[in-house]
Amino acid sequence: MSDGADGSAGDDDSERETNDGQRFDRLPATAAERTVEGRATREDVVEYFADRFAIPPETFDDYTFWEKGAGKIWIYAGEAPTPIEIEAIGMTCLRTRQEHWKPTTDFAQRFGRAATECVIDLEREEARRFVAGEDQEIERWDGDWGYLIAAHEIAGERESLGVGLYVHGELRSMVPKGRQRDLEV
Amino acid sequence: MEPLERYRSIVDDFDAFLAACERPLGNAVRVNTIKASVERTLAALEEEGVGYEQADWNPRVLDLETDSPGSTWTSFHGFTHGQEEVSAVPPVVLDPEPGERVWDCCAAPGGKATQLAALMDDRGTVVANDNNLGRISALRFNAERLGATSLAVTNADARNYSLERFSFDEFDRTLVDAPCSCEGTIRKNPDALDNWSEGHISSVAGIQKGIIRRAIQATREGGAVVYSTCTFAPEENEAVVQHALDEEDCRVVDFDIGLEHAPGLTAWDGEEFDSSLEHAARIYPHQNDTGGFFVAKLEVTAE
Repeated sequence: MSDGADGSAGDDDSERETNDGQRFDRLPATAAERTVEGRATREDVVEYFADRFAIPPETFDDYTFWEKGAGKIWIYAGEAPTPIEIEAIGMTCLRTRQEHWKPTTDFAQRFGRAATECVIDLEREEARRFVAGEDQEIERWDGDWGYLIAAHEIAGERESLGVGLYVHGELRSMVPKGRQRDLEV
Repeated sequence: MEPLERYRSIVDDFDAFLAACERPLGNAVRVNTIKASVERTLAALEEEGVGYEQADWNPRVLDLETDSPGSTWTSFHGFTHGQEEVSAVPPVVLDPEPGERVWDCCAAPGGKATQLAALMDDRGTVVANDNNLGRISALRFNAERLGATSLAVTNADARNYSLERFSFDEFDRTLVDAPCSCEGTIRKNPDALDNWSEGHISSVAGIQKGIIRRAIQATREGGAVVYSTCTFAPEENEAVVQHALDEEDCRVVDFDIGLEHAPGLTAWDGEEFDSSLEHAARIYPHQNDTGGFFVAKLEVTAE
Protein backbone atom coordinates (compact mmCIF):
# COMPACT_ATOMS: atom_id res chain seq x y z
CA MET A 1 0.00 0.00 0.00
CA SER A 2 1.54 3.27 -1.06
CA ASP A 3 -1.61 5.28 -0.33
CA GLY A 4 -1.13 7.55 2.67
CA ALA A 5 2.37 6.19 3.26
CA ASP A 6 4.05 9.40 2.17
CA GLY A 7 3.47 11.09 5.52
CA SER A 8 0.87 13.45 4.13
CA ALA A 9 -1.69 12.57 6.81
CA GLY A 10 -1.30 15.69 8.92
CA ASP A 11 -3.60 17.10 11.57
CA ASP A 12 -5.65 19.00 9.02
CA ASP A 13 -6.86 15.93 7.14
CA SER A 14 -7.81 13.61 9.96
CA GLU A 15 -10.87 12.56 7.97
CA ARG A 16 -8.75 11.09 5.23
CA GLU A 17 -9.23 7.32 5.02
CA THR A 18 -7.54 4.59 3.05
CA ASN A 19 -9.27 2.23 0.69
CA ASP A 20 -10.69 -0.85 2.45
CA GLY A 21 -10.24 -3.85 0.17
CA GLN A 22 -12.92 -5.83 2.02
CA ARG A 23 -15.89 -3.66 1.13
CA PHE A 24 -17.52 -1.73 -1.67
CA ASP A 25 -17.55 2.06 -1.34
CA ARG A 26 -19.56 4.18 -3.74
CA LEU A 27 -17.37 6.62 -5.67
CA PRO A 28 -17.71 10.25 -4.55
CA ALA A 29 -19.44 12.42 -7.14
CA THR A 30 -16.58 14.92 -7.36
CA ALA A 31 -13.13 15.58 -5.89
CA ALA A 32 -14.68 17.93 -3.29
CA GLU A 33 -16.53 14.96 -1.77
CA ARG A 34 -13.55 12.63 -1.78
CA THR A 35 -12.45 11.22 1.59
CA VAL A 36 -10.13 8.44 0.40
CA GLU A 37 -6.86 9.59 -1.11
CA GLY A 38 -6.27 8.51 -4.68
CA ARG A 39 -9.83 7.29 -5.18
CA ALA A 40 -11.35 8.08 -8.58
CA THR A 41 -14.55 10.11 -8.58
CA ARG A 42 -17.69 9.42 -10.59
CA GLU A 43 -16.91 12.56 -12.57
CA ASP A 44 -13.41 11.26 -13.39
CA VAL A 45 -14.74 7.90 -14.56
CA VAL A 46 -17.51 9.28 -16.76
CA GLU A 47 -15.09 11.85 -18.21
CA TYR A 48 -12.51 9.16 -18.92
CA PHE A 49 -15.00 7.07 -20.93
CA ALA A 50 -16.11 10.23 -22.80
CA ASP A 51 -12.59 11.55 -23.48
CA ARG A 52 -11.02 8.26 -24.47
CA PHE A 53 -13.86 6.42 -26.23
CA ALA A 54 -16.45 9.20 -26.82
CA ILE A 55 -19.02 7.21 -24.83
CA PRO A 56 -21.74 9.79 -24.06
CA PRO A 57 -21.81 10.61 -20.29
CA GLU A 58 -25.59 10.07 -20.18
CA THR A 59 -24.93 6.37 -20.92
CA PHE A 60 -24.18 6.06 -17.20
CA ASP A 61 -27.06 8.15 -15.78
CA ASP A 62 -28.77 5.11 -14.26
CA TYR A 63 -25.59 3.51 -12.88
CA THR A 64 -23.46 3.96 -9.79
CA PHE A 65 -19.71 3.33 -9.59
CA TRP A 66 -17.96 1.60 -6.68
CA GLU A 67 -14.43 0.76 -5.58
CA LYS A 68 -13.33 -2.46 -3.88
CA GLY A 69 -9.71 -3.46 -3.88
CA ALA A 70 -7.11 -0.88 -4.87
CA GLY A 71 -8.44 0.94 -7.90
CA LYS A 72 -10.85 -1.74 -9.11
CA ILE A 73 -14.03 0.08 -10.18
CA TRP A 74 -17.42 -1.63 -10.50
CA ILE A 75 -20.54 -0.45 -12.35
CA TYR A 76 -23.93 -1.25 -10.81
CA ALA A 77 -27.56 -0.62 -11.74
CA GLY A 78 -29.23 -1.88 -8.54
CA GLU A 79 -29.83 -0.58 -5.01
CA ALA A 80 -27.22 -0.76 -2.24
CA PRO A 81 -26.08 1.32 0.73
CA THR A 82 -22.46 2.46 0.97
CA PRO A 83 -20.32 0.90 2.25
CA ILE A 84 -21.43 -2.68 1.71
CA GLU A 85 -19.54 -5.92 2.33
CA ILE A 86 -20.68 -8.47 -0.26
CA GLU A 87 -19.01 -10.61 -2.92
CA ALA A 88 -19.78 -8.55 -6.02
CA ILE A 89 -21.85 -5.59 -7.15
CA GLY A 90 -22.68 -5.33 -10.85
CA MET A 91 -19.54 -5.85 -12.94
CA THR A 92 -15.92 -4.71 -12.85
CA CYS A 93 -15.38 -1.96 -15.39
CA LEU A 94 -12.08 -0.14 -14.85
CA ARG A 95 -8.66 -0.26 -13.17
CA THR A 96 -7.65 3.21 -11.96
CA ARG A 97 -4.62 2.97 -9.67
CA GLN A 98 -2.00 2.89 -12.37
CA GLU A 99 -0.63 5.48 -14.77
CA HIS A 100 -3.03 4.54 -17.59
CA TRP A 101 -6.54 3.57 -16.69
CA LYS A 102 -7.64 0.25 -18.14
CA PRO A 103 -11.21 -0.84 -18.90
CA THR A 104 -12.18 -4.51 -18.53
CA THR A 105 -13.02 -6.88 -21.37
CA ASP A 106 -16.51 -7.39 -19.95
CA PHE A 107 -17.14 -3.64 -19.76
CA ALA A 108 -15.96 -3.21 -23.35
CA GLN A 109 -18.35 -5.94 -24.47
CA ARG A 110 -21.30 -4.50 -22.54
CA PHE A 111 -20.85 -0.76 -23.16
CA GLY A 112 -18.41 -0.63 -26.10
CA ARG A 113 -21.28 -0.28 -28.56
CA ALA A 114 -21.62 3.34 -27.41
CA ALA A 115 -17.93 4.08 -28.21
CA THR A 116 -16.94 5.94 -31.39
CA GLU A 117 -13.28 6.75 -30.70
CA CYS A 118 -10.29 4.50 -29.99
CA VAL A 119 -12.18 1.55 -31.45
CA ILE A 120 -10.12 -0.65 -33.77
CA ASP A 121 -12.11 -2.68 -36.30
CA LEU A 122 -10.70 -6.15 -36.90
CA GLU A 123 -11.17 -8.49 -39.83
CA ARG A 124 -12.54 -11.91 -38.91
CA GLU A 125 -9.11 -13.64 -38.82
CA GLU A 126 -7.70 -10.79 -36.73
CA ALA A 127 -10.70 -11.07 -34.41
CA ARG A 128 -10.12 -14.81 -34.08
CA ARG A 129 -6.49 -14.23 -33.06
CA PHE A 130 -7.49 -11.46 -30.64
CA VAL A 131 -10.05 -13.71 -28.92
CA ALA A 132 -7.42 -16.47 -28.65
CA GLY A 133 -5.22 -14.02 -26.72
CA GLU A 134 -2.62 -13.49 -29.45
CA ASP A 135 -0.70 -10.27 -30.03
CA GLN A 136 -0.52 -9.13 -33.65
CA GLU A 137 1.16 -6.55 -35.87
CA ILE A 138 -1.46 -4.16 -37.18
CA GLU A 139 0.06 -1.25 -39.07
CA ARG A 140 -3.09 0.53 -40.22
CA TRP A 141 -4.03 2.15 -36.89
CA ASP A 142 -3.15 5.86 -36.94
CA GLY A 143 -5.04 6.92 -33.82
CA ASP A 144 -3.83 7.20 -30.21
CA TRP A 145 -1.69 4.51 -28.68
CA GLY A 146 -2.77 2.86 -25.46
CA TYR A 147 -5.89 0.94 -24.54
CA LEU A 148 -8.33 0.49 -27.42
CA ILE A 149 -11.65 -1.29 -27.78
CA ALA A 150 -11.27 -4.04 -30.36
CA ALA A 151 -14.39 -4.69 -32.43
CA HIS A 152 -15.56 -6.65 -35.42
CA GLU A 153 -18.71 -7.00 -37.46
CA ILE A 154 -21.16 -9.72 -36.53
CA ALA A 155 -24.67 -10.10 -37.95
CA GLY A 156 -24.41 -6.78 -39.76
CA GLU A 157 -23.34 -4.62 -36.81
CA ARG A 158 -20.12 -3.64 -35.06
CA GLU A 159 -19.64 -5.59 -31.82
CA SER A 160 -16.92 -5.10 -29.20
CA LEU A 161 -14.61 -8.03 -28.53
CA GLY A 162 -12.70 -6.59 -25.59
CA VAL A 163 -9.76 -4.36 -24.74
CA GLY A 164 -6.41 -4.33 -26.52
CA LEU A 165 -3.20 -2.41 -25.83
CA TYR A 166 -1.85 -0.75 -28.97
CA VAL A 167 1.86 0.22 -28.96
CA HIS A 168 4.63 0.24 -31.60
CA GLY A 169 2.40 -1.09 -34.37
CA GLU A 170 1.26 -4.05 -32.28
CA LEU A 171 -2.19 -4.83 -30.86
CA ARG A 172 -1.84 -6.85 -27.66
CA SER A 173 -4.91 -8.78 -26.61
CA MET A 174 -5.98 -8.04 -23.04
CA VAL A 175 -8.65 -10.77 -23.04
CA PRO A 176 -8.14 -12.61 -19.71
CA LYS A 177 -7.13 -16.28 -19.91
CA GLY A 178 -10.50 -17.54 -18.69
CA ARG A 179 -12.32 -15.53 -21.37
CA GLN A 180 -10.06 -16.55 -24.28
CA ARG A 181 -11.53 -18.94 -26.84
CA ASP A 182 -10.26 -20.85 -29.86
CA LEU A 183 -12.96 -20.04 -32.38
CA GLU A 184 -13.28 -20.93 -36.02
CA VAL A 185 -13.22 -18.09 -38.54
CA MET B 1 -32.06 -46.18 -13.08
CA GLU B 2 -33.13 -48.45 -10.17
CA PRO B 3 -34.07 -45.56 -7.81
CA LEU B 4 -36.54 -44.24 -10.39
CA GLU B 5 -38.69 -47.42 -9.98
CA ARG B 6 -40.35 -45.76 -6.98
CA TYR B 7 -42.10 -43.37 -9.40
CA ARG B 8 -43.71 -46.12 -11.54
CA SER B 9 -47.12 -45.46 -9.96
CA ILE B 10 -47.11 -41.69 -10.58
CA VAL B 11 -45.56 -41.32 -14.06
CA ASP B 12 -47.74 -41.77 -17.14
CA ASP B 13 -46.10 -44.09 -19.69
CA PHE B 14 -43.35 -45.10 -17.30
CA ASP B 15 -41.45 -47.08 -19.97
CA ALA B 16 -41.19 -44.00 -22.20
CA PHE B 17 -40.01 -42.07 -19.12
CA LEU B 18 -37.22 -44.61 -18.42
CA ALA B 19 -36.21 -44.73 -22.08
CA ALA B 20 -35.96 -40.93 -22.20
CA CYS B 21 -33.81 -40.90 -19.04
CA GLU B 22 -31.30 -43.13 -20.85
CA ARG B 23 -30.96 -40.82 -23.87
CA PRO B 24 -28.40 -37.98 -23.76
CA LEU B 25 -29.62 -34.40 -24.03
CA GLY B 26 -28.96 -31.93 -26.85
CA ASN B 27 -27.02 -28.69 -26.44
CA ALA B 28 -29.46 -26.07 -25.21
CA VAL B 29 -28.56 -22.41 -24.82
CA ARG B 30 -30.51 -19.38 -23.69
CA VAL B 31 -30.31 -16.11 -25.62
CA ASN B 32 -29.03 -13.40 -23.27
CA THR B 33 -31.11 -10.37 -24.24
CA ILE B 34 -28.91 -8.10 -22.08
CA LYS B 35 -26.32 -8.40 -24.86
CA ALA B 36 -28.32 -9.04 -28.05
CA SER B 37 -31.85 -9.55 -29.32
CA VAL B 38 -33.06 -13.01 -30.31
CA GLU B 39 -33.17 -11.85 -33.95
CA ARG B 40 -29.54 -10.68 -33.95
CA THR B 41 -28.38 -13.81 -32.12
CA LEU B 42 -30.06 -16.05 -34.70
CA ALA B 43 -28.48 -13.99 -37.50
CA ALA B 44 -25.05 -14.38 -35.86
CA LEU B 45 -25.51 -18.15 -35.55
CA GLU B 46 -26.55 -18.36 -39.22
CA GLU B 47 -23.50 -16.32 -40.24
CA GLU B 48 -21.35 -18.76 -38.27
CA GLY B 49 -23.04 -21.78 -39.82
CA VAL B 50 -24.35 -23.14 -36.51
CA GLY B 51 -27.76 -24.77 -36.90
CA TYR B 52 -30.40 -24.20 -34.22
CA GLU B 53 -33.94 -25.05 -33.24
CA GLN B 54 -36.05 -22.61 -31.25
CA ALA B 55 -38.14 -24.01 -28.37
CA ASP B 56 -41.89 -23.76 -29.04
CA TRP B 57 -42.65 -22.40 -25.58
CA ASN B 58 -39.86 -19.83 -25.42
CA PRO B 59 -38.14 -18.15 -28.42
CA ARG B 60 -35.13 -17.38 -26.20
CA VAL B 61 -34.30 -21.06 -25.71
CA LEU B 62 -32.39 -22.74 -28.54
CA ASP B 63 -31.10 -26.22 -29.21
CA LEU B 64 -27.77 -25.80 -31.03
CA GLU B 65 -26.45 -28.24 -33.61
CA THR B 66 -22.90 -28.24 -32.29
CA ASP B 67 -21.02 -30.31 -29.74
CA SER B 68 -19.33 -27.26 -28.23
CA PRO B 69 -21.87 -24.46 -27.75
CA GLY B 70 -19.26 -22.63 -25.64
CA SER B 71 -16.91 -22.32 -28.64
CA THR B 72 -19.08 -20.06 -30.76
CA TRP B 73 -18.88 -16.34 -31.47
CA THR B 74 -22.31 -15.89 -29.90
CA SER B 75 -21.02 -17.48 -26.69
CA PHE B 76 -17.85 -15.35 -26.65
CA HIS B 77 -19.95 -12.19 -26.98
CA GLY B 78 -22.33 -13.39 -24.27
CA PHE B 79 -25.27 -13.50 -26.69
CA THR B 80 -25.83 -17.13 -25.66
CA HIS B 81 -25.39 -19.05 -22.42
CA GLY B 82 -25.44 -22.82 -22.06
CA GLN B 83 -28.55 -23.59 -20.02
CA GLU B 84 -30.79 -26.63 -20.12
CA GLU B 85 -34.25 -26.03 -21.56
CA VAL B 86 -36.21 -26.88 -18.37
CA SER B 87 -33.77 -24.87 -16.30
CA ALA B 88 -35.11 -21.77 -18.08
CA VAL B 89 -38.64 -22.43 -16.77
CA PRO B 90 -38.51 -21.16 -13.12
CA PRO B 91 -37.43 -17.55 -13.94
CA VAL B 92 -40.20 -17.33 -16.55
CA VAL B 93 -42.74 -18.54 -13.95
CA LEU B 94 -41.42 -16.02 -11.40
CA ASP B 95 -42.04 -13.34 -14.10
CA PRO B 96 -40.05 -10.41 -12.59
CA GLU B 97 -40.57 -6.81 -13.79
CA PRO B 98 -37.88 -4.20 -14.51
CA GLY B 99 -37.05 -2.19 -11.38
CA GLU B 100 -38.10 -4.85 -8.86
CA ARG B 101 -36.09 -6.35 -6.00
CA VAL B 102 -35.61 -10.04 -6.64
CA TRP B 103 -33.78 -12.67 -4.60
CA ASP B 104 -32.26 -15.79 -6.16
CA CYS B 105 -31.34 -17.52 -2.93
CA CYS B 106 -29.46 -20.55 -4.37
CA ALA B 107 -28.03 -18.82 -7.41
CA ALA B 108 -24.72 -20.43 -8.44
CA PRO B 109 -23.61 -20.93 -11.16
CA GLY B 110 -25.89 -18.11 -12.28
CA GLY B 111 -27.89 -19.29 -15.31
CA LYS B 112 -31.22 -18.46 -13.69
CA ALA B 113 -29.98 -15.31 -11.90
CA THR B 114 -28.77 -13.79 -15.17
CA GLN B 115 -32.01 -14.90 -16.83
CA LEU B 116 -33.92 -12.99 -14.13
CA ALA B 117 -31.75 -9.91 -14.81
CA ALA B 118 -32.44 -10.23 -18.55
CA LEU B 119 -36.21 -10.55 -17.96
CA MET B 120 -35.95 -7.27 -15.98
CA ASP B 121 -34.02 -5.56 -18.83
CA ASP B 122 -31.11 -5.43 -16.35
CA ARG B 123 -32.99 -2.74 -14.36
CA GLY B 124 -33.67 -3.23 -10.66
CA THR B 125 -31.87 -5.42 -8.14
CA VAL B 126 -31.25 -9.14 -8.38
CA VAL B 127 -29.57 -10.44 -5.24
CA ALA B 128 -27.82 -13.62 -6.31
CA ASN B 129 -26.87 -15.60 -3.21
CA ASP B 130 -25.12 -18.91 -2.75
CA ASN B 131 -23.67 -20.60 0.32
CA ASN B 132 -20.76 -22.14 -1.58
CA LEU B 133 -17.82 -19.79 -2.09
CA GLY B 134 -16.28 -21.98 -4.81
CA ARG B 135 -19.45 -21.88 -6.86
CA ILE B 136 -19.68 -18.12 -6.39
CA SER B 137 -16.64 -17.61 -8.60
CA ALA B 138 -18.51 -19.38 -11.42
CA LEU B 139 -21.54 -17.20 -10.72
CA ARG B 140 -19.47 -14.02 -10.91
CA PHE B 141 -17.71 -15.15 -14.08
CA ASN B 142 -21.04 -15.83 -15.81
CA ALA B 143 -22.64 -12.59 -14.58
CA GLU B 144 -19.78 -10.51 -16.01
CA ARG B 145 -19.58 -12.45 -19.27
CA LEU B 146 -23.32 -11.92 -19.74
CA GLY B 147 -23.05 -8.22 -18.84
CA ALA B 148 -25.53 -8.25 -15.94
CA THR B 149 -25.13 -4.95 -14.06
CA SER B 150 -28.19 -5.37 -11.82
CA LEU B 151 -26.79 -8.36 -9.87
CA ALA B 152 -25.47 -8.12 -6.32
CA VAL B 153 -23.71 -11.30 -5.23
CA THR B 154 -23.75 -12.52 -1.61
CA ASN B 155 -22.30 -15.59 0.09
CA ALA B 156 -24.54 -16.80 2.91
CA ASP B 157 -26.77 -19.64 4.06
CA ALA B 158 -30.23 -18.83 2.68
CA ARG B 159 -31.94 -20.41 5.73
CA ASN B 160 -30.99 -17.54 8.04
CA TYR B 161 -30.36 -14.85 5.42
CA SER B 162 -30.15 -11.29 6.69
CA LEU B 163 -31.29 -8.30 4.64
CA GLU B 164 -29.50 -5.92 7.01
CA ARG B 165 -26.70 -5.48 4.48
CA PHE B 166 -29.14 -3.78 2.05
CA SER B 167 -31.11 -0.55 2.06
CA PHE B 168 -34.45 -2.38 1.78
CA ASP B 169 -36.01 -5.02 4.01
CA GLU B 170 -38.04 -7.24 1.70
CA PHE B 171 -38.04 -8.58 -1.84
CA ASP B 172 -40.81 -8.37 -4.46
CA ARG B 173 -40.07 -11.87 -5.72
CA THR B 174 -37.87 -14.78 -4.74
CA LEU B 175 -36.61 -17.80 -6.62
CA VAL B 176 -35.83 -20.89 -4.57
CA ASP B 177 -34.05 -23.21 -6.98
CA ALA B 178 -33.21 -25.55 -4.16
CA PRO B 179 -30.24 -27.88 -3.79
CA CYS B 180 -31.71 -31.33 -4.44
CA SER B 181 -30.98 -34.97 -5.22
CA CYS B 182 -30.84 -34.05 -8.95
CA GLU B 183 -32.61 -37.16 -10.25
CA GLY B 184 -33.90 -35.11 -13.20
CA THR B 185 -30.38 -34.37 -14.44
CA ILE B 186 -29.64 -38.04 -15.26
CA ARG B 187 -29.61 -37.32 -19.02
CA LYS B 188 -26.92 -34.67 -18.59
CA ASN B 189 -25.00 -36.44 -15.86
CA PRO B 190 -25.12 -40.26 -15.98
CA ASP B 191 -23.60 -40.41 -12.45
CA ALA B 192 -26.50 -38.44 -10.93
CA LEU B 193 -28.02 -41.50 -9.25
CA ASP B 194 -24.76 -43.08 -8.02
CA ASN B 195 -25.04 -41.75 -4.48
CA TRP B 196 -28.84 -41.89 -4.33
CA SER B 197 -30.41 -42.94 -1.03
CA GLU B 198 -33.63 -42.27 0.82
CA GLY B 199 -31.49 -40.92 3.64
CA HIS B 200 -30.00 -38.32 1.31
CA ILE B 201 -33.45 -37.28 0.13
CA SER B 202 -34.63 -36.86 3.69
CA SER B 203 -31.63 -34.76 4.73
CA VAL B 204 -31.79 -32.50 1.68
CA ALA B 205 -35.56 -32.06 2.23
CA GLY B 206 -34.80 -30.64 5.66
CA ILE B 207 -32.54 -27.99 4.12
CA GLN B 208 -35.14 -27.22 1.43
CA LYS B 209 -37.80 -26.62 4.09
CA GLY B 210 -35.54 -24.15 5.88
CA ILE B 211 -34.79 -22.26 2.67
CA ILE B 212 -38.39 -22.01 1.43
CA ARG B 213 -39.55 -20.67 4.81
CA ARG B 214 -36.89 -17.94 4.84
CA ALA B 215 -37.73 -17.08 1.20
CA ILE B 216 -41.39 -16.49 2.10
CA GLN B 217 -40.46 -14.43 5.18
CA ALA B 218 -38.14 -12.23 3.08
CA THR B 219 -40.76 -11.55 0.38
CA ARG B 220 -43.40 -8.82 0.67
CA GLU B 221 -47.10 -9.52 1.05
CA GLY B 222 -48.54 -10.04 -2.43
CA GLY B 223 -45.10 -10.97 -3.75
CA ALA B 224 -44.25 -14.24 -5.45
CA VAL B 225 -41.99 -17.15 -4.51
CA VAL B 226 -41.15 -19.84 -7.04
CA TYR B 227 -39.89 -23.14 -5.66
CA SER B 228 -38.12 -25.46 -8.08
CA THR B 229 -35.94 -28.57 -8.06
CA CYS B 230 -34.45 -30.80 -10.75
CA THR B 231 -35.71 -33.93 -9.06
CA PHE B 232 -38.80 -36.16 -9.00
CA ALA B 233 -38.91 -37.08 -5.28
CA PRO B 234 -42.21 -35.85 -3.74
CA GLU B 235 -40.36 -35.55 -0.41
CA GLU B 236 -38.30 -32.74 -1.98
CA ASN B 237 -41.17 -31.19 -3.95
CA GLU B 238 -44.81 -31.32 -2.85
CA ALA B 239 -43.89 -32.16 0.78
CA VAL B 240 -41.62 -29.10 0.98
CA VAL B 241 -44.33 -26.81 -0.42
CA GLN B 242 -46.83 -28.40 1.99
CA HIS B 243 -44.46 -27.56 4.84
CA ALA B 244 -44.40 -23.92 3.65
CA LEU B 245 -48.23 -23.87 3.54
CA ASP B 246 -48.35 -25.24 7.11
CA GLU B 247 -45.74 -22.90 8.58
CA GLU B 248 -45.88 -19.61 6.64
CA ASP B 249 -48.50 -17.22 5.19
CA CYS B 250 -48.78 -18.21 1.56
CA ARG B 251 -50.88 -20.04 -1.01
CA VAL B 252 -50.14 -22.05 -4.14
CA VAL B 253 -51.12 -20.25 -7.36
CA ASP B 254 -51.64 -21.44 -10.93
CA PHE B 255 -49.39 -20.50 -13.85
CA ASP B 256 -49.14 -21.23 -17.57
CA ILE B 257 -46.14 -22.63 -19.37
CA GLY B 258 -46.24 -23.92 -22.91
CA LEU B 259 -44.49 -27.17 -21.99
CA GLU B 260 -46.24 -30.47 -21.51
CA HIS B 261 -46.28 -31.42 -17.82
CA ALA B 262 -48.11 -33.39 -15.15
CA PRO B 263 -49.86 -31.75 -12.16
CA GLY B 264 -48.28 -31.78 -8.72
CA LEU B 265 -49.23 -34.70 -6.45
CA THR B 266 -51.83 -34.49 -3.69
CA ALA B 267 -50.70 -37.70 -1.99
CA TRP B 268 -47.54 -39.78 -1.70
CA ASP B 269 -46.54 -42.74 0.41
CA GLY B 270 -49.45 -42.35 2.82
CA GLU B 271 -49.11 -38.59 3.17
CA GLU B 272 -51.82 -36.17 1.91
CA PHE B 273 -51.04 -32.76 0.41
CA ASP B 274 -53.25 -29.70 -0.08
CA SER B 275 -55.37 -29.94 -3.24
CA SER B 276 -53.83 -26.66 -4.50
CA LEU B 277 -50.61 -28.58 -5.15
CA GLU B 278 -52.24 -29.70 -8.40
CA HIS B 279 -51.25 -26.22 -9.68
CA ALA B 280 -47.56 -27.20 -9.42
CA ALA B 281 -45.87 -28.66 -12.51
CA ARG B 282 -43.97 -31.93 -12.80
CA ILE B 283 -41.99 -31.91 -16.03
CA TYR B 284 -40.82 -35.38 -17.11
CA PRO B 285 -38.02 -36.10 -19.64
CA HIS B 286 -40.27 -37.99 -22.09
CA GLN B 287 -42.86 -35.20 -22.34
CA ASN B 288 -40.76 -32.52 -24.08
CA ASP B 289 -37.44 -34.36 -24.57
CA THR B 290 -35.80 -32.35 -21.74
CA GLY B 291 -34.43 -32.98 -18.27
CA GLY B 292 -36.82 -33.41 -15.33
CA PHE B 293 -38.09 -30.52 -13.19
CA PHE B 294 -40.59 -29.54 -10.51
CA VAL B 295 -41.94 -25.99 -10.28
CA ALA B 296 -44.45 -24.48 -7.84
CA LYS B 297 -45.51 -20.84 -7.55
CA LEU B 298 -46.55 -19.31 -4.23
CA GLU B 299 -48.13 -15.97 -3.39
CA VAL B 300 -47.19 -14.46 -0.04
CA THR B 301 -50.37 -13.63 1.88
CA ALA B 302 -51.24 -11.50 4.92
CA GLU B 303 -50.58 -12.84 8.43
